Amino acid sequence: MTVETTAFGITLIVVVMALVTLATRLGGALLMSFVPISPRVEGFINAMASSVLIAILTPLAVEGDLGARLALASTALLMLLFRKPLPAISAGIAVAALTRYLV
Amino acid sequence: MSGSLYPYHLEPAKVRAEFFRLLPISLFVMAFGAAYGLAAVQTGLAPLEATLMSTLVFAGASQFAALGMWGQEVALLPLIAVVFAINSRHLLMGASLYPMLRELSPARRYSILLVLSDANWAVAAQDYQSGRHNLEVILGGGIALWLSWVGGTLLGVYFGGLLQDPQSLGLDMVLGCFLLAMALGGKKSPRVLVAWCVAGATALLAYRWLPAHTHVVVGALAGGAVGFFWLEKAPS
Repeated sequence: MTVETTAFGITLIVVVMALVTLATRLGGALLMSFVPISPRVEGFINAMASSVLIAILTPLAVEGDLGARLALASTALLMLLFRKPLPAISAGIAVAALTRYLV
Repeated sequence: MSGSLYPYHLEPAKVRAEFFRLLPISLFVMAFGAAYGLAAVQTGLAPLEATLMSTLVFAGASQFAALGMWGQEVALLPLIAVVFAINSRHLLMGASLYPMLRELSPARRYSILLVLSDANWAVAAQDYQSGRHNLEVILGGGIALWLSWVGGTLLGVYFGGLLQDPQSLGLDMVLGCFLLAMALGGKKSPRVLVAWCVAGATALLAYRWLPAHTHVVVGALAGGAVGFFWLEKAPS
C-alpha cells in the first residue's frame, strides 16, 4: 500500500506516524497495568531500564566514526571524574566537532 | 478513596523546576530539530508539513528515517514497521516507569506519557534508581523538549542553511552523550554491570545480524532478563 506525497497524502502519513508513536508511548504502561508486580518483575524492570541506555549506546560506540567514539569517551571520563552531566555532555559534543574538523 | 488509590500528586512547582532543569539539553534538541527541519524541506515537505510532523510525532530518529523512505509515493506498511521499530523503546521506557505511574490516576498517567522522550525518561529512571520519585520531569522536561523540537524544526525550515552539516558540529552526538551521562550517573552494582554487559553484547549482535532498528529492544530485554533471574538480596 502506497500513499502519494500530495498535501493530503503527507497529512495522512504524518497522522499514521503519530498514531504508531503514540501507541509506543502509552503501550508500555498500559501493558504493565495487566502484570502483577512481583520482585522478579521489579528486578526485570530495573535492570531493563538502564539496559535500554546501554543498548542504544553500544552500537553507537562500536560502529560510530572516530568523532563519535572520542565524544562518548570524553563524556564517560568527565562523568566518572566529576559526576556533573552538563559539562560532560558539552565536552563530548565539542570533542566530536573538533575531531571531525581535524581528521 | 481516590486519594489512597492514587497517592502520587504532580507538584506544579516541581514541574516548573524540571522544565528549567531540562532547558539546557533542550537547546541542543532545538539544534537537532533545526537539522530535521532543513532535511525535511530538502526532501520536499512543505514547511507546515514538516512542522506538523514534529508537533504530532515528536520522535526525531523515526522522523529522519521517514525522510529516508520519501519519494513520489511512500509505502505505508514499511514506514509503519520502521517507525514502530525505532520507537518501540518507548514501550520499555513506559513500562520501566510503571511502578511510579500506577500511583497516578489513569488520566494523568497517560497524559504525561504523551511527552515521554529519551531525555526526560533517562532523568526519571536515574532518579528512580536513586530512590527519588520524579514523574514531574516527564511532564515539565517533556514540555521543554517538545517545545524545543517543534521550535527547532521551524527554525530549520526557514533558516536551515546555517545547519547544512549538523554532524560537523557534533550535534548527532547530543543524545548519545546525554544518555551516557545518565547511565554513568546512576546506581552501579555487580548485578547492573552484568546486565549492561549482556545488554551491550546482545544489542551489538542484533545490530549486525537482526533486522534494522531492533537492537535497542533486543538488548534491553536481554539486560532485563539478568534482573529477572538475579534478584537483589534483602529487598527493602
